[in-house]
Amino acid sequence: MTAAVSKARPGSRGWLGALPLLAFFALVFGVPAVVMVAGAFTAQGRPSLANLAQSLQGGYLTAMIGSVRLSAVVALLGAVLGTFLAYAVVTSRSTLLREAVLTASGVLANFGGVPLAFFWIATLGNSGVVSGLVGLPSGSLYTFWGLVVVYLYFSIPLMVLAMAPALDGLRPQWREAAAGSGATAWQYWRFVALPVLAPAVLGGVVLLFGAAFSAYATANAMVGTVVPLVTLKIASALTGDVLVGYENIALALSLDMVVVAGLVMAVYLPLQRRTSRWLR
Amino acid sequence: MAALTGLERVSGAARPAARPRRAWWRAAVFLPAALYFLVPLGTAFWYTVHSPATGVSLSAYGELLTADGFARSLSLSLGLALATIVLVLALALPAMLAVRLFAPRLRPVMEVLCTLPLVVPPITFVAGIGTALRGGTDLLAPTPFWATLIAAQDPAFPVVLVLAYVVLVLPFVYRSLDAGLRTMDVRTLVEAARNLGASWPYVLARVIVPNLRPALAGASFLTLALVLGEYTVAALLGYEPFAVWIVTVSGSKGQLSVAVSILSLLLIWLLLLAVSTVFGKSRGEKRK
Repeated sequence: MTAAVSKARPGSRGWLGALPLLAFFALVFGVPAVVMVAGAFTAQGRPSLANLAQSLQGGYLTAMIGSVRLSAVVALLGAVLGTFLAYAVVTSRSTLLREAVLTASGVLANFGGVPLAFFWIATLGNSGVVSGLVGLPSGSLYTFWGLVVVYLYFSIPLMVLAMAPALDGLRPQWREAAAGSGATAWQYWRFVALPVLAPAVLGGVVLLFGAAFSAYATANAMVGTVVPLVTLKIASALTGDVLVGYENIALALSLDMVVVAGLVMAVYLPLQRRTSRWLR
Repeated sequence: MAALTGLERVSGAARPAARPRRAWWRAAVFLPAALYFLVPLGTAFWYTVHSPATGVSLSAYGELLTADGFARSLSLSLGLALATIVLVLALALPAMLAVRLFAPRLRPVMEVLCTLPLVVPPITFVAGIGTALRGGTDLLAPTPFWATLIAAQDPAFPVVLVLAYVVLVLPFVYRSLDAGLRTMDVRTLVEAARNLGASWPYVLARVIVPNLRPALAGASFLTLALVLGEYTVAALLGYEPFAVWIVTVSGSKGQLSVAVSILSLLLIWLLLLAVSTVFGKSRGEKRK
């Protein structure tokens, strides 16, 4: 290893530094992935499409649609509300407010799982503090829209974090230039600001969708099986409170989930590059 | 107008005329947001300290701190988080440097690999891991590797969880480190240090790492927060770190479960605070 690093010359062994990561990845990510795909296409010990077919029928299909619908609603609402909040924060003159909101967003965006469910159960649950005050009907929290309200608690902060740098990158000169050329505020937003921000917003939507789509702990603690969600179905198929052969159904459902998440992510990655071109 | 370029962060100052009109608009955003985010916080706290039978008391918190398994599960979670941070940085940093310096053609491969885990929700990942572990135990039973596999699943310190967490945080760590490496001229720095006779470990410890401090801090915080709050993988593989213990211990005790939730929120906040204080200096420098 006495060679300097000047050029990636043939015979240089410097690339070996990447080997541990690649080997680790192949073992810890590759093996379960292969097992999952293989299991999804195996029924009673031989290759078959039966699991996949079953994972797209009846209750499983309902759960998948429920998950996609919940994630889409949370992503859209979270993106709109989060962008407004981020804009209000970024344009605020108070550094204190700005720092406080951004720090709080950092904390809340990482606050999920079971504790989040407990928080909301104490607030709007059947014996919750606020639900008693406003006379909320029993069980209101344990519904589709209840889950939306709870998921927004980490989705909005996530969107604020995703949008703040992009909004910071909007230069006042652009607005001045637009105003100087006789553009109205609407025209500025429609033709200048939104096109620049669009990739960041869409990227945020995808991020929120992914977070809501894969959330399991919160939903499990809150609704159990009241609201059909695909993560809950996979967990119940895995934990073996059903028949033995259902493990492969869980793998097939997992494969479905990965495909949906993969399709959504496929939108995100090219967008991310486009955003960074304008906002630096 | 070019003279304004340095001021884009205080963009509001450049448009004084628009200010009075925007004041109510901002209030209309902040008030509902404050209500939505602060009311659950307040009510959750009220719920833990007040009960109609006993009035106001902090007994829920006392009960929590003395509950069986609190110290064990929290220390397990912290241990897992620490091991995950060390392992993920030890794997990712050399790999990213090697690809940058010696094998630029591998870079798209790295990028795709390090993004893949984002596409895999934890619950599907654990479905794969669980099946692979069961299959692997059967397959490896006649070989010495069997013992390794069993040892990796020791409930006292499940190495399997560390491995799984490394995969789950890899995308975030990769992006954080990649952003950090972009801000410095890695090649020149490394060449200069090597020409002056520095060894590779010395280059890493005294040249690369100090320049990467904010990125490393960000990566560490994300890893800590993810591991401490991670429930899905641990619960479905049957381990009991902090996030799983919370559920077990609270069971039917409402006050206790909410108290523990407040505690975990505080924990995340303290961690974020600690990370930004420890690494705050370099962040402040960047601001200027």
